[in-house]
Amino acid sequence: MGLIRRHPALVPLLLLAPGLTWLVSFYLAPNIQMFASSFWSGTLESGFSFSFSNWTNYTDALSKYQQQYARSIQYGFVATLICFAIAFPLAYFIAFKAGRARSVLLFLVVAPFFTSYLLRTIGWRTILGDDSIILGPLKAAGLVDPAARFLDTPFAVIAGIAYNFVPFMILPIYVSLEKIDRRLLEAAQDLYASSWGAFRRVTLPLAMPGIFAGSLLTFIPAIGDFINAELLGNPNTTMVGNVIQRQFLVDRDYPTAAALSFMLMVLILAGVALYGRLLGTEELTSKAI
Amino acid sequence: MSLIRKIAAVAASRFLTIYASLALLYLLLPILTVALFSFNDPIGRSNYSWASFTFDNWLTLFRDPTLVSAVGISLRIALVSTIIATTIGTLMAMALVRYQFKFRKGIDLFIFLPLATPEIVLGASLLTLFVTLRIPLGEITLILAHVMFNVSYVVVTMKARLAGFDMRLEEAAADLGATPWQTFWRVTFPLILPGIAASAVLAFGLSLDDFVITRFNAGQVQTFPVYIYLKVQKGIPPQVNAFATLFFVATVSLVAIGALLQRRRANLKP
Repeated sequence: MGLIRRHPALVPLLLLAPGLTWLVSFYLAPNIQMFASSFWSGTLESGFSFSFSNWTNYTDALSKYQQQYARSIQYGFVATLICFAIAFPLAYFIAFKAGRARSVLLFLVVAPFFTSYLLRTIGWRTILGDDSIILGPLKAAGLVDPAARFLDTPFAVIAGIAYNFVPFMILPIYVSLEKIDRRLLEAAQDLYASSWGAFRRVTLPLAMPGIFAGSLLTFIPAIGDFINAELLGNPNTTMVGNVIQRQFLVDRDYPTAAALSFMLMVLILAGVALYGRLLGTEELTSKAI
Repeated sequence: MSLIRKIAAVAASRFLTIYASLALLYLLLPILTVALFSFNDPIGRSNYSWASFTFDNWLTLFRDPTLVSAVGISLRIALVSTIIATTIGTLMAMALVRYQFKFRKGIDLFIFLPLATPEIVLGASLLTLFVTLRIPLGEITLILAHVMFNVSYVVVTMKARLAGFDMRLEEAAADLGATPWQTFWRVTFPLILPGIAASAVLAFGLSLDDFVITRFNAGQVQTFPVYIYLKVQKGIPPQVNAFATLFFVATVSLVAIGALLQRRRANLKP
């Protein structure tokens, strides 16, 4: 206590120390280790050795798995677009039209997080199944080819990803819409803007930070995901996440897996940095949740 | 405003309502499916298509000892990691919101980074560290990992809560002769308690449900999500759905009770 009274500048340091130590030890150090591991050669049995000449791990990994990278980016991009299409009207409704039901609706948006991610994804196997509540009636009515299926297709994988990450899009958009000063919209109408005009020139620009943050928060987990591709897809829908997890946990090819994950990380951090430039970091970190 | 415009506005608003309802349905459909299939009596091993209604799965909730132990391990890890993450995360948030110091922005960004890193990278990089240091994988490594990914969530949530904190209340306490220690426990802590509770619920939920990072660092330990994953091929027993439904109902009730308590407290204020 005496020490703190004499040096009040120590207070924030002491408050930060345990958390920072934890993050440095179990976030920063592992990533540095992973970078080092990507220059390893050898196997788990024979032991690994480090050499910068093993940069070929990167080129090998990239040439072998470029398809999975491309697919991850593509699926992630489409899923983010779908999330936006679902999230924006819903967030707009909650922010402007829901009235007293607002907090209940917001709770329903995050409700999926309170039950198992894996089971929810498996739930889609039931919903999209070959004789499910969607395909069953369509087939019975003869509207759809009896052999048609949703499961084990890229469509199912993208739909699953979009479903799992859409709350990350809804919440930031909602926050930015909710903050809009309603008087601005009244002013726009007083100045004879049509409701569409007011939406396009006032609401939308003010919602942009939320849209940017939401897209980022959806796209990042989307391109790293492997659960949806594994549970809802087929061998031709594997993403880079599937490769990384197989290399790490089944093949135990740590160097390749480390190179693959490091490239994924760099790809994402480059995206975040770009966004940070566009928005300012304070904006980004405060909009996150 | 012309009649056509009025009609267009009404139509747009109707459309928005319907669209929003459908979007909510989309969010809730898989949860309802999970709950519904806890009452299914599946034919064969896979619980994907509806056969007939039964209460059996709920009555035989504890039948598979592996499942029961997986649930126990998940709850234990969630509890320990939530306590640690909420404590150190709240302290960090207080430092970031209330003090000006060098590198504050940089530290802010550093804390945000784990949220911007895909889970698979978090899990995989921790695994390379543990393998290199020859740290055996198990419950301890899982707690280390879960605290790591939860800390950032707690900091972000708490920062938002602390930003609206009226510092004059603490000054008033100090003016009335309270020591910093008394001020903290009698003024600050009760006021930030709802925020701490909200962060803790979030952290607990994230830990309980984490699969990706856990999968990488669990070794032979089976948590609830790992158990589910390992059962996908052989067929997931419907008791799993019952447990998941139970967790869902428990958290929803907890959040509802918290909201009610907070509202009551707000009403009590003059």
